[in-house]
Amino acid sequence: MDAKTNNGATHSNSAPPNSTPAMEWPAGMLTRIPFWVYQSPELYAQEQHRVYEGPIWNYLCLECEVAKPGDYRTTFLGSMPVVVARDYDNEIYAFENRCAHRGALIALDGGGHARDFTCVYHAWNYDLKGNLKGVAFEDGVAGKGGMGKTFCRADHGPRKLRIAIFCGLLFGSLSDDVPPIEEYLGDEIARRIARVLHKPLVVIGRFTQMLPNNWKLYFENVKDTYHASLLHTFFTTFKINRLSQRGGLVIDESGGHHASFAMIDPTVTGGDYAQAGLRSENEDLTLTDKSLVAFEDEFHDGCSLQILTVFPGLVVQQIQNALAVRQVLPKGQHSTALNWTYIGFADDTPELRRARLRQGNLAGPAGYVSMEDGAVGGFVQRGIAAAANERAVVEMGGGGTTNEGTRATEASVRGFWKAYRANMGI
Amino acid sequence: MAAAITLDRIIAVQAAYVRCIDSGELESWPDFFTDDCLYKVTTAENHKLGFEAGIIYADTKNMLIDRIVSLRQANIYEKQTYRHILGLPTILANGGNEVECETPFFVARIMHDGQTDVFATGHYLDTCRHAGNDLKFARKIVVCDSSRIDTLMAIPL
Repeated sequence: MDAKTNNGATHSNSAPPNSTPAMEWPAGMLTRIPFWVYQSPELYAQEQHRVYEGPIWNYLCLECEVAKPGDYRTTFLGSMPVVVARDYDNEIYAFENRCAHRGALIALDGGGHARDFTCVYHAWNYDLKGNLKGVAFEDGVAGKGGMGKTFCRADHGPRKLRIAIFCGLLFGSLSDDVPPIEEYLGDEIARRIARVLHKPLVVIGRFTQMLPNNWKLYFENVKDTYHASLLHTFFTTFKINRLSQRGGLVIDESGGHHASFAMIDPTVTGGDYAQAGLRSENEDLTLTDKSLVAFEDEFHDGCSLQILTVFPGLVVQQIQNALAVRQVLPKGQHSTALNWTYIGFADDTPELRRARLRQGNLAGPAGYVSMEDGAVGGFVQRGIAAAANERAVVEMGGGGTTNEGTRATEASVRGFWKAYRANMGI
Repeated sequence: MAAAITLDRIIAVQAAYVRCIDSGELESWPDFFTDDCLYKVTTAENHKLGFEAGIIYADTKNMLIDRIVSLRQANIYEKQTYRHILGLPTILANGGNEVECETPFFVARIMHDGQTDVFATGHYLDTCRHAGNDLKFARKIVVCDSSRIDTLMAIPL
């Protein structure tokens, strides 16, 4: 049948070709995830308004990236381009990176140092707070032209964000209803961020990994403690992370934030994987340079790994001594930017810094235990191409979204959907 | 006394290096480096700002050996190959026993289903050193022009 005949067919029987799938999802259901949530352009547009511009805190950048007055970074609140700047009053401001005149970007590059910003299009000028300060030829030229008499600069400007800073992480929100950041995070998540980011930070690398999948597939992946030692075999082989290793999972009350962690336990010998006949068990694999995984317990609590997420798009990573924050940004229904910022502390010893650089191999776009995450979301996105109304099964560990003593669970994935559905109103 | 490090010899070692990667003989890849080498994949932005971290960072040859063992035995990625196209090297400094040089590269990534993309462009900042009759890399900083990596980086550049 050619396309013309197909398009010309009457729709007297079942659903017409190319019709929008019935977007059904029983209220409160968290153990089945319909695949249209990763595909729908309508949903994608709604996410900008209901999630990113809703009563949540969006991670924007690190405080140390705008350390001095005049420093600025460009970033995103979902799809919205944002400028973060430190003004000469030493306060940090964030505003939409959109000229009030015709809507062009105000700042074009990734960051730098400026006294003010001038839109390149018609030279409208903004201060570091995002206030419109100058309109080119506002009074016209030689008595002719110029803005109308009623035009008032103060009535025009890009949208301004509320700012919150927690442990050097800079968050922004467009909502007046969002709770204070500590309350948003909850005690346990806040405490677990603070145990890692406990002193002044320095950036030691910045990379962007483009993922061929919807942003939610990546964020679920980070929360998915079930997959970690099954997909990532490097970890299990070197006993950095086994489900049988002592550790746990923390989920906040909203469900949107989580932390999974593992404790040093060199005595563990894993039989679980061998018994299950899983691919992960490969005791023969040895590192020639074993110092790669020599962990210095710099936080003095025996925790060798902590992966923490803050809804809707922040990951704080401690994999041994490899520290990073990851910003998850939507770039279309089927594309996600994962911005990695590798960090250390300002007072790192040369030895500890070297350990971070070497252990940096564990994570990132080429990471021994993370490169698979760059691809697996794409495997799902491709796999579900014709399955909008089919559903993922998220039932490991039952149906709950609460803290459990095991990582053999999908509770934190369900927690994500609990928070997502609450924010989206679906 | 070892022969002088000439442009011819630098071109030869660069050609052999990318041929090794593109033909999939990754087990031989670490042999292009000295035992105390530094191999780092970074980006122009990171390089300019002096950020030390790499997408791949190895400061011993043994770490390069481990990377290949991991790629072969532990990591999961779709079958893919690279095609490196090199520009001509520029000698930046010639210290007799060591030469610093810069060589531009263009790398296409060919997926198992035939999809071919420009995966990376950039330049190698190398320190080539005499090692017997061979030249080996004492330092290879792979400076990618773009800060974006598509999907993942499995095979080294």
